[in-house]
Amino acid sequence: MAQARRKERIDRGIKVRSDSIYALSSWEEIAYLLGPRALLIGGFLLLPVVLLPSPYWSRVALSVCVVALLAVSFDFLANFVGLVSLGGAFFYGIGGYMAAVASTELGLPPVVAIPAGTVLGAAVCTLLLVPCLPLRGIYFAIITLMYPLFMTRLIEATEILGGTEGFRGITGFSSRWTEQYGLIVVTLAGVFALRRFLAEDAGLVIRAVKDNDQAVRASGINVTWTKAKAVFVAALFGCFAGAYYVHMYRNVGISSFALDLSIMPIAATVIGGSGTLVGPLIGALLLVPLSELLRDFGSLRIVVYALVLTGFVVLQSEGLMNFATRKYQQFERWVRV
Amino acid sequence: MNARGERPILEIQGLSKQFGGVKAVEDVTFQVAPGDVFGIIGPNGSGKTTLINCITGFLKPTRGSVRFNGREITGMKPHRIADLGVTRTFQIMRPYFSMPAYKNLVIPLSSPRAKRVGGWRGGGRHGDRNTVAVDILEELGFERDSRVPYKIAGTLPTGYLKRLELGRCIALRPEVLICDEVFSGLSASEIASLVPLIEKLRDQGITIIMIEHRLRELFRVANRVMALSYGEKVVEGEPLEVIDHPKVREAYLGSEEGFTC
Ligand SMILES: Nc1ncnc2c1ncn2[C@@H]1O[C@H](COP(=O)(O)OP(=O)(O)O)[C@@H](O)[C@H]1O
Ligand SMILES: [Mg+2]
Repeated sequence: MAQARRKERIDRGIKVRSDSIYALSSWEEIAYLLGPRALLIGGFLLLPVVLLPSPYWSRVALSVCVVALLAVSFDFLANFVGLVSLGGAFFYGIGGYMAAVASTELGLPPVVAIPAGTVLGAAVCTLLLVPCLPLRGIYFAIITLMYPLFMTRLIEATEILGGTEGFRGITGFSSRWTEQYGLIVVTLAGVFALRRFLAEDAGLVIRAVKDNDQAVRASGINVTWTKAKAVFVAALFGCFAGAYYVHMYRNVGISSFALDLSIMPIAATVIGGSGTLVGPLIGALLLVPLSELLRDFGSLRIVVYALVLTGFVVLQSEGLMNFATRKYQQFERWVRV
Repeated sequence: MNARGERPILEIQGLSKQFGGVKAVEDVTFQVAPGDVFGIIGPNGSGKTTLINCITGFLKPTRGSVRFNGREITGMKPHRIADLGVTRTFQIMRPYFSMPAYKNLVIPLSSPRAKRVGGWRGGGRHGDRNTVAVDILEELGFERDSRVPYKIAGTLPTGYLKRLELGRCIALRPEVLICDEVFSGLSASEIASLVPLIEKLRDQGITIIMIEHRLRELFRVANRVMALSYGEKVVEGEPLEVIDHPKVREAYLGSEEGFTC
């Protein structure tokens, strides 16, 4: 006689335990939890190999990482700290210029110039944003939108930082593999480290600020300081993207503060799924190549681009990642009763 | 020094707060001795919450001073005052709605004060704070083995949210605990279960200020009471003196509030 069977959702029983404790009983459960992560990481790591024949698409893959880094930075600030920042280009530009100065003026090699540009750039961005931290919603958004514009005009007018010429002759990477894997590995590591950090108590405090800053104050915690630390973390992502990119193209100019760099990551976040940190990675993976393909449309490119975006927002407003997570958790299996 | 010869833990001197033309608090002076359960009563809009906001730094007083253990704390930032050990609950509860109840307490447990004076079991990393948080919730009447401590705060009923407010304060190991109407909105049995908790905190040496409408419950625990009306102090004294004061009867009981419940 056939054995009685019923359907059961795979995540039942795993979910409760996996949120804080890691005590999984079978390889099946482990595969269920780690599968998607492994797929994503494996996929990204294979990109340089798969795209080897095409230097053009290899570069596009790196643009994906850059947009992803900026998108993660946006997602983190907007959905975990409660600061809507339109200043991706600001982080990117400052990081880029800092790294360029470190490379051209101080003659530092990429392995030093990139981290230096990242950390110094993030510190500068944070210092400049601290006065705006008490601002909320649209006010913070407007200020962060103004900063890159301000930088462009300032550089043009005062001829500082190489003026409209920018900096040239930045030391490049020793090999194509270093260039590709350096960015991909740091991007992935950054995203997963950030997710991990947010699950720690320090990350929890940051999320609490978004939920209810008065209660955080009443808990004896300095809200402005907490926000400043969060902005620093977000700026690290953006500045790293900028610092890395100028080393790939071996020059930097005021286009590093371009509005695109603020807008594209937000679109990637919306498509990929807000508040997931991994979603923006997936969003960038779809959006950047799409935007490249659309180059053939010439001036209609923006129209098609806008249509795709609008379609996404209307039809899939929760974002791919949230949608996929929901579906994935509904997977069922047969169990013997 | 007050009449009983103790050095007050809190001294409020000539405190006033105006919102535009509205005098929400007007020239209020009082002292709280260590170990007191100090009740503040008064009809709605009499300035009780505003007074607390001025003491805890959430509002800057227009005039007057607040001293804690002899130290001037007037106009300090709220997190500094909380860090010194003067904690408060919010009348309109302020939980972290999207987090589980116990995670709500991990936040104050991660504060500099909790790390410094907490002395909680384990103290250090992630897992420990979670356990301590559940310990505190259990003390507050969350059934440990039920699912309640793990539920998202936004889904909890009022009674639990009030306890969560208290929990946030307790997690900081406060010297002064200021409760803004923790009993309101609770059923008689819920209040009955909270009263022993207040007494326990008092016995641990925490000085308590309680704003309450429920006079009967308040008078069970308070040893001193002050009445406010239209932002001004009407009378202060032993509970029985205060209740017999003609102005209190007129301003407060005349409206049939309080004893009717
Ligand atoms: N933020 C504010 N702005 C303007 N008026 C306020 C504000 N907060 C309180 N008030 C006014 O101050 C008075 C006292 O309010 P409150 O302190 O909340 O009283 P209670 O807590 O005793 O009910 C009321 O008249 C109220 O309208
Ligand atoms: Mg009130």
